[in-house]
Amino acid sequence: MKRLSGMLLVVLAVAGILWADGVLSITGAGATFPYPMYSKWFDEYHKKNGNLEINYQSIGSGGGIRQVTEGTVDFGATDGPMNDDQLKAYQDKHGFGILHFPTVLGADVPTYNIPGVDAELSFTQEAISGIFLGRITKWNDPAITGSNKGVSLPANDIVVVHRSEGSGTTYIWTDYLSKISEEWKTKVGKGASVNWPVGLGGKGNEGVTGTVKNTPNSIGYVELIYAIQNKMPYGRVKNSSGAFVKADLASVTAAAAGAAKEMPDDFRVSITDAPGKTAYPISSFTWLLVPAKFSDAKKRDAIKGFVKWMLADGQNYAEALSYAKLPKEVVAKELKAIDQIQ
Amino acid sequence: MATTTTTVPSAGPLAGSRSFLSRLRQGDEIARMITFLFAASVVLVTVLLVFELWQGSALPRHKFGFNFFRTSVWDPIFGQFGALPFIYGTLVTAAVSLLIAVPLGIGAAIFLAELAPARVSDTLEFFIDLLAAVPSVIYGVLGIFIVVPLMRQYIQPALKHSLGFLPLFQGPAYGVGFLTAGIVLAIMVIPYIISVSREVLLSVPRDQREAALSLGATRWESTWKVVVPFARAGIFGSIFLALARALGETMAVTMVIGNTPTISASLFSPGYSIAAVIANEFTEAVGDLHTQSLIELALVLFILTFILNGVARLLIVATSQRGSGMGNV
Amino acid sequence: MLAMTGVCALVAVSVLFLILGYLVYHGGASINWNFFTKLPTPVGEIGGGMANAIVGSGKLLLLATLIGVPIGFFGAIYLAEFSGGTVAFIVRYAADLLNGVPSIVIGIFAFILVVHPFKQFSTFAGGFALGLMMIPVTLRSTEEFLRAVPRALREAAMALGASKWKTIVSVIVPAAYRGILTAILLAFARVAGETAPLLFTALGNRFWSPGWNQPTAALPEMIYRYAISPYDDWNRQAWAAGLVLLGLILIINIVARAILSRGIAVPRT
Repeated sequence: MKRLSGMLLVVLAVAGILWADGVLSITGAGATFPYPMYSKWFDEYHKKNGNLEINYQSIGSGGGIRQVTEGTVDFGATDGPMNDDQLKAYQDKHGFGILHFPTVLGADVPTYNIPGVDAELSFTQEAISGIFLGRITKWNDPAITGSNKGVSLPANDIVVVHRSEGSGTTYIWTDYLSKISEEWKTKVGKGASVNWPVGLGGKGNEGVTGTVKNTPNSIGYVELIYAIQNKMPYGRVKNSSGAFVKADLASVTAAAAGAAKEMPDDFRVSITDAPGKTAYPISSFTWLLVPAKFSDAKKRDAIKGFVKWMLADGQNYAEALSYAKLPKEVVAKELKAIDQIQ
Repeated sequence: MATTTTTVPSAGPLAGSRSFLSRLRQGDEIARMITFLFAASVVLVTVLLVFELWQGSALPRHKFGFNFFRTSVWDPIFGQFGALPFIYGTLVTAAVSLLIAVPLGIGAAIFLAELAPARVSDTLEFFIDLLAAVPSVIYGVLGIFIVVPLMRQYIQPALKHSLGFLPLFQGPAYGVGFLTAGIVLAIMVIPYIISVSREVLLSVPRDQREAALSLGATRWESTWKVVVPFARAGIFGSIFLALARALGETMAVTMVIGNTPTISASLFSPGYSIAAVIANEFTEAVGDLHTQSLIELALVLFILTFILNGVARLLIVATSQRGSGMGNV
Repeated sequence: MLAMTGVCALVAVSVLFLILGYLVYHGGASINWNFFTKLPTPVGEIGGGMANAIVGSGKLLLLATLIGVPIGFFGAIYLAEFSGGTVAFIVRYAADLLNGVPSIVIGIFAFILVVHPFKQFSTFAGGFALGLMMIPVTLRSTEEFLRAVPRALREAAMALGASKWKTIVSVIVPAAYRGILTAILLAFARVAGETAPLLFTALGNRFWSPGWNQPTAALPEMIYRYAISPYDDWNRQAWAAGLVLLGLILIINIVARAILSRGIAVPRT
């Protein structure tokens, strides 16, 4: 008995030592929207810096904001920028501020699963807001068929899928809906976690994609790469100029063109329903949330190093995953802002 | 070690061995104190848990009071938190699971206790115990990949076709929802009903059965009309135990219930349960009111399971005492 | 009517084989060398494994055992050998209460107690939560098996002049060791599959988790995330992990019961 417990203690000590050998481990949490991009980045960055492990957990933008404010993670990530109340709460709690760093541009796409329909559907603003408000309940509703002549849509009930947790993807989607639908704006509003009129809840972009993939007659909103990687159809959306635009690198970049020139200093900006004939209307930046001050110098330098790399080499990985690169003006501004991290 | 023969230390000190005795006693004292500390830590931890749940839910308790249990709006943006949809979902899925699991479970327990030969009974019980050991997340995986498609493609349409006039079976067939969650829960709680009921039935004294049989009852009549009623309290105990487990289940439920706070008469509707909403929203509840509302939900769950487990235990103990008691009770 | 009850029993038991069969069929193919040795790959890329989750689960369970078993074991000794009626009742009641707490609530408790003050998701927090869940089973079962040791043994030891403590260590515990070991194994198997308490404590990790103070991946948590995702490769890995986890739990259960069935508290002469 004594020998056994002695052995156990030795094993424990060894295990503890072995695993705590000079590796700097940084934890971040937040958005699922850019998760494919971030997981690729942190993997590549780890290959270049073997002693640095940046562990990113995609728990949703709401979680990212909460955990970085609590201080339980070293950095956060969100697609819905922190509002003034949240920034103030952070400042009050820590005594210093938190900085937003845009990383890439992405898009929310309406992905669907309609048995027998492979075609690319075109959604007007009435169609999208009507579906998610629960007013349009069947796929062969005139609001949908009107812009999809030539596609035979069944008379099946639409199953709406949304996020079950606080999500930046939701923030982007509801931000867009609030801009194009007065009814949505007053009835539901925009936010990371809203009171959905209809629909099933899935956890994370992965959960929504999975649910739509497995549920016939469903429609959900996910980041572009999730629809592409899972070979699921996604529709065109009518933009502010009246054109039906499909989300891709060009249309997302076009959406950011205006913001690039007039980027505010804190980088918080919304580019949904952006002007421009080729702009995709449900595009967005996504941000890393980095505290302005680090008590651990090693962590601070590691994060600063990563952000610099991300703005340079990192951007080259974006397009392979269908995220658009940051506009040059934004990159230049961010490089200057890195110095604010102390 | 001792060389002098001493019997019970409290029998008074023997000449010349008091110092030895007190050393002995001290060794025992230390052992007693150390083990007491460990035992006390169990109580301490439990008290601390209740305390933290109570403290951690202070905000919504003061702000909403009992309205927390009556309102059904859960809106983090506007700071409105009503627990009704989650309580509803938790209770409905538990009710559905019991409706399925209780007849099956008691039937199986009767078979194992009364009819099956001992070896068969023990072997089957062995497998049932293994079923109880399967983790919740694995039931969830099976739920997603087997039960949900089955529900969506075959069972829900069939129910709609035959019983669609009832509000229970109306609405689109999503696959996920109250009914599916209830079915998955039923599979999870059957082992508890079976093993506890089986033990309780086995503890019914032989003379009860023999008396019934000697009065001319058939095997079935003796079982159903004499043995089972005798063990009634214990069987109810097993049901309460199963209910307590069903209420607290998290992973399997959140994977098949649809995660939408809805109150609906239809079993096909997606819904939410207390445990599921905590699991989904706790890490990201922004703001104290949201977090503490979730903790208040946890407190509610805790109190529910606490009461059920307590009642269950009383019932089970009562039955076994009755069985092993004076026989004329 | 009697036949119906037989059908009920058959249905219940067949579920177990259905579960096993499905997992073997779907997950068996994905259990390969990669699964056990590789780390997860970036989202959407094929070929990752769950090496870090397997090790992470191992560390969590080790910690849980180190926390839960001593408290349960020594607490049970107190209840069986030293305590009076009221104290014993209170301790047992507390243990039963703890046993009935839903695992998600234990997760919240561990978050409040360990994660929040130290501002760190960690293996330690996860192990703490799991350890709490091991206490009641270990405590109650150990107490029962200690009590089941025949009085004659205790009295013989006392008659030979052994102190109470020596009696416990050299006579009573060895006599009850089978039952105690079974209890520990069953408690271990129970927490091995728990996911909910880990959601807010161990969080998750793409890489190896250094030491005890960092978030860690764990098998049940990976199963959950991969199963609800749309990626086929992840789904296959979830099946495989489910098979591994269930296999481990079932084997522990079977071994535990085998140990027990060989005899409880057999006095060794």
